[in-house]
Amino acid sequence: MENVLTFLTANKDAIFIIVLSVFLGFEVISNVPSVLHTPLMSGANAISGVIIIGGIILVGHASTTFEWVLGSLALFMATLNVAGGFVVTDRMLEMFKKKKK
Amino acid sequence: MNAMIILNTLMPGQVVLEYSYLLSAIMFVIGLKLQSHPETARKGNFWAASGMILPMITTLILNRNGAGEGIGMGNVIAILLIIAAGTVVGSIMARKVKMTAMPQMVSFFNATGGAASAAVALIEYTKNPDQAVLVGLLGLVVGSIAFSGSMIAYGKLDGKVGDIFAKFMTYVNLMFMAVIVAVIVLVLFGGFDAQTRTYLVFGLLVISLVYGVSFVMPIGGADMPVVISLLNSLTGIAAAMAGFIYQNEAMILGGILVGAAGTILTLQMCKAMNRSLINVIIGSFGGGGASHADVQGSIKEITLTDAAVLLSYSQKVVIIPGYGLAVAQAQHIAHELDSLLGSKGVEVKYAIHPVAGRMPGHMNVLLAEADVPYEQLVEMDDINPDMPNVDVAIVVGANDVVNPAAYDDPGSPIYGMPIIDAHLAKNIIIMKRGMGKGYAGIENFLFFNDKTRMLFGDAKGTMTKLVSEIKSM
Repeated sequence: MENVLTFLTANKDAIFIIVLSVFLGFEVISNVPSVLHTPLMSGANAISGVIIIGGIILVGHASTTFEWVLGSLALFMATLNVAGGFVVTDRMLEMFKKKKK
Repeated sequence: MNAMIILNTLMPGQVVLEYSYLLSAIMFVIGLKLQSHPETARKGNFWAASGMILPMITTLILNRNGAGEGIGMGNVIAILLIIAAGTVVGSIMARKVKMTAMPQMVSFFNATGGAASAAVALIEYTKNPDQAVLVGLLGLVVGSIAFSGSMIAYGKLDGKVGDIFAKFMTYVNLMFMAVIVAVIVLVLFGGFDAQTRTYLVFGLLVISLVYGVSFVMPIGGADMPVVISLLNSLTGIAAAMAGFIYQNEAMILGGILVGAAGTILTLQMCKAMNRSLINVIIGSFGGGGASHADVQGSIKEITLTDAAVLLSYSQKVVIIPGYGLAVAQAQHIAHELDSLLGSKGVEVKYAIHPVAGRMPGHMNVLLAEADVPYEQLVEMDDINPDMPNVDVAIVVGANDVVNPAAYDDPGSPIYGMPIIDAHLAKNIIIMKRGMGKGYAGIENFLFFNDKTRMLFGDAKGTMTKLVSEIKSM
């Protein structure tokens, strides 16, 4: 019980951000026309590559072989997610755009 | 927070770093907001991408570890090399992929994101095994499930992995979930020494990976849009959990935004199929719940010439595309057909069912690739009231989404699912490869309707012949 209380107190700010982000996310995304569902999903998918920051921090301070190997792998995968995700989204949206009059 | 962190945040560089995360979070929100309107969507993607690059740069330059040390020169070079390699590989993959293969591609990128989150959570655990926290374990579990699940989804969409429909999979999956929860509880409250806990954590990793596989394995076909969107949302949550470990606002907010967006899309897809999320995850759609209603009427075919005449002298034609159109790569020829008819004064629209295809909005992307103006793509709820005025409804490679059993047959597994009211049109032409059943494995009453005529053959081949038939008239 004390663990839980310590956790809740120490991470108050992060918990606030999480809870409010959920509402923000629902608010921002609702009422998207189905035309945009695929690009939106792929764009959101690219944003989930934000784990790339974690990868940079890990490789930045890696000391053991384990940290180097797994950290580099994580960073590489996250970069694939970010670069691939944004490029693919842009390709799809470009197709929607060029039809505009 | 300890004194060290307070000291760090008082240094100017740390303040810049922290606020660059805030800026990045704002850019993600603006980016997503802009991406919900067709006109601004592309700009939104640039905002989101910039929101990603900014914190990457500031982190690289300004990050300090607990001891106040910055990132060493050797590490900086390693990071830049890895990022360069990932960017080149990722961009090439993204540039080369065909629009019909987009669901696979998105699944694959989603898998890499999930794997990265799981790896980060794992390393952070091994660095401080004494401080095993719930969020770290959740990041590991959710990231692993998202990774292996997305890889299976990728394999299925690419035709490399088959479906396993079995009743017992439901129980296997429930068991896996129970084991995962139990191991998390053991690690957190079991009072084991660090060594044992590490074994447990690695065990947790393995179980989560296996669970991802067995979770996606029994789901297939028409349920794919739901699963992809659900896995997408899981990856976001995993990234947010990792962000929690670093108390990094950009990661938390970015991850949760994706989680929320994915959840909304998932629920919308479920609603479009009139099924609950639980039902999609644990219910096996393919086997059970066979319809008992007898089909009345008979199948009637139409010749290409008759179809060409019928279409040319119509006023309103609606094309209803489904996954068959994607498989046959028939989107370009479909556009040729609609512009040919358009030049003859026929009004042609496309009716898009929310779950047509293998990911949310799949049909829109394919038709956009073929240069069909998006004003011509009409959503289900907007086209249905107009269906009785439609002269010809052409169903191309769609099946369950036009099955009137959804209205008429309470015994049918798709009863209650919203459908496109093709049966209300004055004439119906169905392009189909054969008399196979749709994903739900049930008879389609529409095929036996008196107004329905069948055009058997591959969607692309049939439409090509139809176009030349109309031209020669």
